[in-house]
Amino acid sequence: MPSRWLRISAWAVVLFLHIPLALIVLYAFSAEDKSYVFPPPALTTQWFAVAWEREDVWDAIKLSFQVAAWSTAVALVLGTLAAAALARATFFGRDVISLLLILPIALPGIITGIALRSGFHTLEIPFSFWTIVIGHATFCVVVVFNNAVARLRRLNPNLIEASMDLGADGFQTVRYIILPQLGSALLAGALLAFALSFDEVIVTTFTAGQQTTLPIWMLQELIRPRQRPVTNVVAVVIIALTFVPILVAYLLTRADEPGHR
Amino acid sequence: MHVDAPQGLSRRLSDLLYTRRGLLLLALLGPVLLWFGVIYLGSLFALLANAFFRLDDFTGQVVREVGFSNFVALLEPANLDSARRTIVMAIAVTLACTVLAFPLAYYMARHARGAQKAALYIAVMLPLWSSYLVRLYAWKLLLAKEGAISWLAQQLHAQWLLDALLATPAIGGPSLSFSTMGTFIVFVYMWLPFMVLPIMAAVERIPASTLEASADLGAHTAQTFRSVILPLAMPGVAAGSIFTFSLTLGDYIIPQVIGDSTLYIGQIVYRQQGVAGNIPFAAAFSLVPIVVIGVYLWLAKRKGAFDAL
Amino acid sequence: MTAAVSLDRVSCTFGTGAQAVRAVDSVDLNIDAGEFFTLLGPSGSGKTTVLRMIGGFTLPSSGRVFIGGQDVSHQPPYARPVNTVFQDYALFPHMSVRDNVAYPLMVRKAPRALREAKADQLLTLVQLPGVGSRRPAQLSGGQRQRVALARALISEPQVLLLDEPLGALDLKLREQMQSELKTLQRRLGITFLFITHDQHEALSMSDRIGVFNQGRLEQVGTPQQVYDTPTTRFVAQFVGAANVLQGEAAQRLTGMACAMLRPERITLGPQAGAKAEGQVSEVQYFGSFTRLKVQTWGTSVQADLPTGSALMVPPLSATVHLHWDAGAVHALATG
Repeated sequence: MPSRWLRISAWAVVLFLHIPLALIVLYAFSAEDKSYVFPPPALTTQWFAVAWEREDVWDAIKLSFQVAAWSTAVALVLGTLAAAALARATFFGRDVISLLLILPIALPGIITGIALRSGFHTLEIPFSFWTIVIGHATFCVVVVFNNAVARLRRLNPNLIEASMDLGADGFQTVRYIILPQLGSALLAGALLAFALSFDEVIVTTFTAGQQTTLPIWMLQELIRPRQRPVTNVVAVVIIALTFVPILVAYLLTRADEPGHR
Repeated sequence: MHVDAPQGLSRRLSDLLYTRRGLLLLALLGPVLLWFGVIYLGSLFALLANAFFRLDDFTGQVVREVGFSNFVALLEPANLDSARRTIVMAIAVTLACTVLAFPLAYYMARHARGAQKAALYIAVMLPLWSSYLVRLYAWKLLLAKEGAISWLAQQLHAQWLLDALLATPAIGGPSLSFSTMGTFIVFVYMWLPFMVLPIMAAVERIPASTLEASADLGAHTAQTFRSVILPLAMPGVAAGSIFTFSLTLGDYIIPQVIGDSTLYIGQIVYRQQGVAGNIPFAAAFSLVPIVVIGVYLWLAKRKGAFDAL
Repeated sequence: MTAAVSLDRVSCTFGTGAQAVRAVDSVDLNIDAGEFFTLLGPSGSGKTTVLRMIGGFTLPSSGRVFIGGQDVSHQPPYARPVNTVFQDYALFPHMSVRDNVAYPLMVRKAPRALREAKADQLLTLVQLPGVGSRRPAQLSGGQRQRVALARALISEPQVLLLDEPLGALDLKLREQMQSELKTLQRRLGITFLFITHDQHEALSMSDRIGVFNQGRLEQVGTPQQVYDTPTTRFVAQFVGAANVLQGEAAQRLTGMACAMLRPERITLGPQAGAKAEGQVSEVQYFGSFTRLKVQTWGTSVQADLPTGSALMVPPLSATVHLHWDAGAVHALATG
């Protein structure tokens, strides 16, 4: 039987994890605009309208969407190809390649960031929208890869043989049998990659030129706050925008996890 | 009735890939290896190379000659200070995360069941997947002079305690939101979920019979904890600590937003490559966390962290 | 007449160097059109690999594979006029039963109306009318097997390969499917290539049997030939129970160096005219017959006595006299 103290401390930690997030939602409705005073003097929804009018916020959101879309597309292609090659392979390089794919996300962001920056700098490639996409795509590949491999491992290999036996060549088999089976795993991978790219700030600051993605906008607000209430509103929006795809991705691939509860 | 099979280019290509498996593998892996080899490994190599180059003070250009001036500069007191500060913070954060994560992880592993366990799991995952910057921003609000924590201190008549802590050198600062203490709290908050999950997994692996045997043989709860649970949960702690340690070492945003004006490794690297345009030095300095993490990983592996991942 | 399937010194080796395994060792095989041919052998004997080489899933390391006279040795499965019923049926879970059956026609770009009509036809043929719109997960094991069969037959292949298709079924269902398959094959006239490790199945269903052992094809013949006149010791012991006599016992009892004697050909009788005398060491009751183990000339001889003969089953350690007619003994190659 769990002791009282154990139960209390466990739930206290959970509270600790969530109170800050709840606070942000509260602050988005605060009427005070010059400081972060607690408790908020009054509640209002006016700031949502003000935030809606802010050009720079919309530009940042648009840019983040575009970067995330392109990065996800590249990551989908590369991640699926890699998964197809490695899911059932037993050749020696397999573990090495898996490690290579996970490195961009395993090493601290600053290392990946400055490595990419050194690379672009050495090759004298100017920093632009595309350098951001290249950076993002590189660490998003492993997210798609993991999902695809987990699903491919569960796929009955006889299905592929049966399809070919019955007259479908490699391409037809991919189209009619493999892709439908992979479908929801790829969708989950894409959603996770999108969320990851949308939220990323460290590697982005190293690979961007003058561009401002939403996280970069947020970082600038953190260092030099302009209109605090607007920042609060944007924060709440970001929570919603990144939470939904993650939850959906989790639901889509629950059955693929080993030791799934 | 017999329908004829199609005979086209795609079919001939399929035939070729079927009979020559090596070609198929090449077609699948080629693009990936090209991308990662050129872009990522190439970049890492450029980083390493840059660490040995130097910046010409007059022209502001990178001089591509192998030299060790960067590494000599690393040994300057200011830089050593920063490295020491960052490593100490990383260790402190790791310890604090372990202490906080343990009760929750233990509860989830041994006592939560069914819906409650799933709810707790999501409750831990949610902050993990929420935006890093938003969570940082939330603490900016909390730690502000006029913010919630100050208000709470006033309500509890503990304002004097807060002021005393802030006045303490080394951990204090002008206000909570610009202090080492604040930085520490935020780091712990950020990486806490990373510590909970591996510990939970490790504790789940302890068979219930082991704990029962310990109690049966006469050990108190505290003794069982010290002699049985803690050692067996160690791989989980080691696994989680990899995250907390390396994430703290490389972070430059939290110290900048919440910290006082003392510099951490990440900040120096960031500033050198940005404003100063001194990529060679930045590259050399970034080797420090790489080496430290490498050593830490090696130690963690000996403790069995990789089995717990 | 061209053989439906022909294997010319086909070998298949997996792995390289010291770990190389010769799964199939220089097999020559000719299967006639319209035949029900069974590949029989224990697991690891190479029969599955041979099937896979005919189907195109594994490519031979050496030798050639012919189907209908054409060299298909290195052609992919979709180019060969051969279809397979897999051991676990391999039905596509994301398609309906009808779409599963119609799949071969779909990949050949047949129009929808045509292929759906044909699919329903096939489903009726395998006695599953009306399940077209269900998913494979909703069917029982026996039903799934029939769907797999229908799917493999719809494109009218020259040869149908069946990879231990009845293994997952319970006994009664298996026996029922055995006779249904046989009837179907006779009706359609397609060459059936059937794999099993169950010798009863092989004996009852086949026109001819090929017995495999450790990658080699040891004997090809009709069920009667394989049972009555096995060419090697392995075949003798694998197909049906057998007494394989060697050395002194063989000389004394049969006058041959190595011989086979089927247990059911032995009877108990009086001492006069007996071929052998020994002590009963074991008695096992099998319902329709009783199996005795008799110790004689340093070896153990098995005798199966049918129930119902007005004979008393002797007790353990009793001395008995064994009789058999001369034709019951069959010489085997030594070694």
